[in-house]
Amino acid sequence: MPIHDQSYRRYRGGKAMPGQAWMVIARAGLVTMIRKRAFLGLIIFAWVPFIARAVQIYVTANYPQIAMFAPTAETFRQFLEQQAFFVFIVTIYAGAGLIANDRRANALQIYLSKPLMRSEYIAGKAAILFAFVLFVTMVPALLLLLLQVMFAGSFEFLRKNLFLFPAIIVASLLQAMLVTFTMLALSSLSKSSRYVGILFAGIIFFTEAIYVVMLAITGSTKLSWLSLSGNLAQVVDVIFRLKPRYATPWPVSLIVIVGLIALAISVLERRVRGVEVVT
Amino acid sequence: MDAIDAISTRELPAATDDGPVVHLDGVTVVFGDNRALKGVSARFGRGAIGLLGPNGAGKSTMLKALLGFIKPTEGRMTVLGIDVAERPMEIRARLGYMPESDAHIPGMNAVSFVGYCGQLAGLPAVDAMQRAHEVLYYVGLGEARYRNIETYSTGMKQRIKLAQALVHDPDLLFLDEPTNGMDPKGRDEMLELIRDLGHKKNVNLILSSHLLPDVEYTCDDVIVMDKGQVVAQGPIAELKGPGGRVFELRIKGDLPGFLDVLHRAGMECTSTDLDVMRVFVPDRLAQSGIGNDQRALFALAAQHGVQVRHLRPSVPTLEDVFAKAVGEE
Repeated sequence: MPIHDQSYRRYRGGKAMPGQAWMVIARAGLVTMIRKRAFLGLIIFAWVPFIARAVQIYVTANYPQIAMFAPTAETFRQFLEQQAFFVFIVTIYAGAGLIANDRRANALQIYLSKPLMRSEYIAGKAAILFAFVLFVTMVPALLLLLLQVMFAGSFEFLRKNLFLFPAIIVASLLQAMLVTFTMLALSSLSKSSRYVGILFAGIIFFTEAIYVVMLAITGSTKLSWLSLSGNLAQVVDVIFRLKPRYATPWPVSLIVIVGLIALAISVLERRVRGVEVVT
Repeated sequence: MDAIDAISTRELPAATDDGPVVHLDGVTVVFGDNRALKGVSARFGRGAIGLLGPNGAGKSTMLKALLGFIKPTEGRMTVLGIDVAERPMEIRARLGYMPESDAHIPGMNAVSFVGYCGQLAGLPAVDAMQRAHEVLYYVGLGEARYRNIETYSTGMKQRIKLAQALVHDPDLLFLDEPTNGMDPKGRDEMLELIRDLGHKKNVNLILSSHLLPDVEYTCDDVIVMDKGQVVAQGPIAELKGPGGRVFELRIKGDLPGFLDVLHRAGMECTSTDLDVMRVFVPDRLAQSGIGNDQRALFALAAQHGVQVRHLRPSVPTLEDVFAKAVGEE
């Protein structure tokens, strides 16, 4: 008797209602990335600045003679700015292949033949990168705030800077959304994750280079909206109640960021399909 | 737009035990200037149904439209009694799709991939993994289930696609060219699996193929497509029909002239390979005085002055139906 006569049987168990597949995609993506030793090393390394800042908070809380190094609201802003480097690396490492690899392996038609919508697929993929970016930005920043309270033994700093809690969350979410959707859109345009990574890095450096050239020509920072990272820095400064570093009005920078996210979603809407129609 | 609205108000039959599992009513799909489906109306009953046609006939387009990947410009479709335009998710939960091209989730071994597909279809993680092992054994990949799919041969990739389509126990399977790229042994095994699913496991399936023997071996009914239209449909046995006899014939002499004679006598000729042709002699010729056996062919050859070098009785095959339906000569 052939083996297939022995094994196939009808399924009598329950099935989940449609709408939960994005969690399956996100969970599988997170597990796949964490299993990569190099990526795990990168994520751990991304927490080194957190340790340095934690030591700073501990020392200044316990030794008043070096109180000039005590953390301020700006310390948390600086921490998030330092983490931008790791966000860049993590975005390329974890994000470049999210859709590109599926396109290379024709996996989209497998995904979309299951009871999940395109938006669920995108949400699942976005959740993977979103989670990793927040893990190297929002999570350590909030932990630092918690450590400050613990090491100081009082809520005074937190009470004086209560805005830091929502500021860290909003700034991190904005950064995570921008890089996640930009990277996903780029990933949907190609079948090569390597090419996508280069493209993402190119966009970051190219927009910054254009801004620097314009700055050299005009001598004004009014054209900082040309730089992707410049726009984010400008808006995050405002979120942390600091003086914006560029002459560009911060709403302009915010509009550029929101516009980019909208453009990325529009690209995803066009590119994530079960069938590629060439007319 | 009015035409679409008019169609959408029409009642389509539900998928009862007797009703069709798939019903298309005047479906048109357009890609730019190319009309891939031209007002297709068809009913796919229960069991194993073949969707037959040459490359570019619109078979894959039809399957993709039924999956909701492509929106028709006109017409209406139901799968398992559910309107494709209204509740595609409900349909996909009950449907398994084996795509034509290589498709897998990168970086996974076979059991992870199939289990993952099960979870995407709504199975709990534990059930999905158990089903993954079962269907991988069923499709003959039990021993290779922990290997990365990217290391699989073409035949194994075809099997894994079948496994992911089966893992959630669908009520209906869409198999798009399932034997593509397989060696003869693998092809036979795949056809055996499909036949087993359709006939012993009571899974409704639609097998899209341009390979006539595949459809003939695995299916009971067939829908023949050509140039975006349905050109024949019905039970294979009925389409092959008892209404005539088929002969393999090779002659020496004026071939075009003799073909003309055969056509005028009411016989149908299709070429097979090189100089051998298949001649269909309808039963009705028995009453017309020409006859419906080999003697009629000998008589016509003698009248026309050609030599019969090879004459062998054959049986009508799906190929004859196909050739007749798409108008091959």
